[in-house]
Amino acid sequence: MSAKTVDKIATVAIIALAGLIVLIMAGLLGFILVRGLGHISFDFLTSPPETIKAGGGIGPQLFNSLFLLVLTMIITIPLGIGAGIYMSEYAKPGKITDFIRLIVEVLSSFPSIVVGLFGLLVLVNLFGFGFSLFSGALALTIFNLPLMVRITEQGLASVPQAQKEASLALGLSKWKTIQSVMLPIAMPVILTGTILAAGRVFGEAAALLFTAGMSSPRLDFSNWNPLSPTSPLNPFRPAETLAVHIWKINSEGLAPDAPEIAAGASAVLILTVLVFNLLARWLGRVMLKKFTATK
Amino acid sequence: MSNIELSTKNLSVYYGEKQAVKNISLDFASRQVTALIGPSGCGKSTFLRSLNRMNDLIRGAKITGEIWIGDDNINDPKTDVVLLRQKIGMVWQRPNPFHKSIYENIAFGPRYHGIRDKKKLDQIVEESLTKAALWDETKDRLHSSALALSGGQQQRLCIARSIAVNPSIILMDEPASALDPVSSAKIEELIAELKQEYCIIIVTHNMHQAARVSEKTAFFLMGELVEYGDTTKIFTNPSEKRTDDYISGRFG
Repeated sequence: MSAKTVDKIATVAIIALAGLIVLIMAGLLGFILVRGLGHISFDFLTSPPETIKAGGGIGPQLFNSLFLLVLTMIITIPLGIGAGIYMSEYAKPGKITDFIRLIVEVLSSFPSIVVGLFGLLVLVNLFGFGFSLFSGALALTIFNLPLMVRITEQGLASVPQAQKEASLALGLSKWKTIQSVMLPIAMPVILTGTILAAGRVFGEAAALLFTAGMSSPRLDFSNWNPLSPTSPLNPFRPAETLAVHIWKINSEGLAPDAPEIAAGASAVLILTVLVFNLLARWLGRVMLKKFTATK
Repeated sequence: MSNIELSTKNLSVYYGEKQAVKNISLDFASRQVTALIGPSGCGKSTFLRSLNRMNDLIRGAKITGEIWIGDDNINDPKTDVVLLRQKIGMVWQRPNPFHKSIYENIAFGPRYHGIRDKKKLDQIVEESLTKAALWDETKDRLHSSALALSGGQQQRLCIARSIAVNPSIILMDEPASALDPVSSAKIEELIAELKQEYCIIIVTHNMHQAARVSEKTAFFLMGELVEYGDTTKIFTNPSEKRTDDYISGRFG
């Protein structure tokens, strides 16, 4: 075969493979949306689930997912950015940082069910946090921290050395340089990464089964006292999230319309994650424009 | 000479095992431009970057010897580098303005060093930009992004930024080599202006530029100082054969 023919075959094969992947993705997304979209209504999104009757909703689960996301991010973002800054700017490159980096890598590829079991043993039982949003948020932090550290490190590494030197040469301290010169430039990268990490948290189920629990108490949405057990804002109550709910209703749901609820909930989950991703891209672009404006 | 601003004694820089700068002792007078010339890799930039301890940032770099400003040996590990760098401005080959507005680029340093008064800052911004011959071009757009300026304007902004913190010495690492001829000429004019107030040390590849802007010239080769003296003498009647070869373009 001539080199030209080989080149043509390779081109066709690569396009075919790419097309196959796109097709699978589109099919998967289409299937979930077609099955689920019909079931989504205002009522479905706001009302509580029913155990044995048809017509239950996913209101508390949706709220739990969002609340858990916020809690997790409140813990993850400062820890992750702090550790990322340390790794990138303060730690002397050498055996110790290589070791830390290795641990971070291993942690990020941890099976989430293992993180869940660790949460059950350590957070729920040993520390006595019980099945609660707080336990869930901590478990997700373990899961998410490596990503945040890496994102921050990459963000800071992408700042041109010349910017850092310019600031230091003006007699600015290291911290001031990081804070006022480097972080603003790194921010688009960090922000985009954070939102993507948030999407992952939103869809996570396995790590939450044994930490945030599989039940939700009757929530009273007019009770905003975070210490009351029926308040939606209480971080120490059990909280079944959307992803966990889908798993539960599919495996042991008694309601006659369980398959439809699962389909509807899946569609909501996928759409939310999609929105996170689009938001991340859009914000990343806007911030990049703002910080490197050439107008 | 009594007006020595900065001097080095047996300054050596090592990158790991390799000695990039070998035992350099030089005096730099105030209100005067000293040019450091030599082929690529001769250690002139490394030497320059040692003077404000910028090489501290490079892993594996070790600096031995003494660097004196007044009665302080700034190569002493106990020296407060942050304070030191305020006294020494620096300008790089590629303009590197902060990703901020023109005004903020200038005000950033002085504000950090304790000047909070808005009027005072405005005044510093105007003075610095005027000294850098950039005020007329930018006074109507002080709050737009510095990245929108042309390369030559950005470089003058970087010079303005460094003089805003009131240094006595300005280090320039090939400040005009990334610019077009017109911008380059403007930078040279600017250097001629600035030397009335500052001690300027400039690294340059461009020998015509060295001859035009400087009073003293130091010729570096393979990390060694081959010859140092009045620019006119170095360029017309060097005492070393290697200097003559380099200047007449026989190598490098």
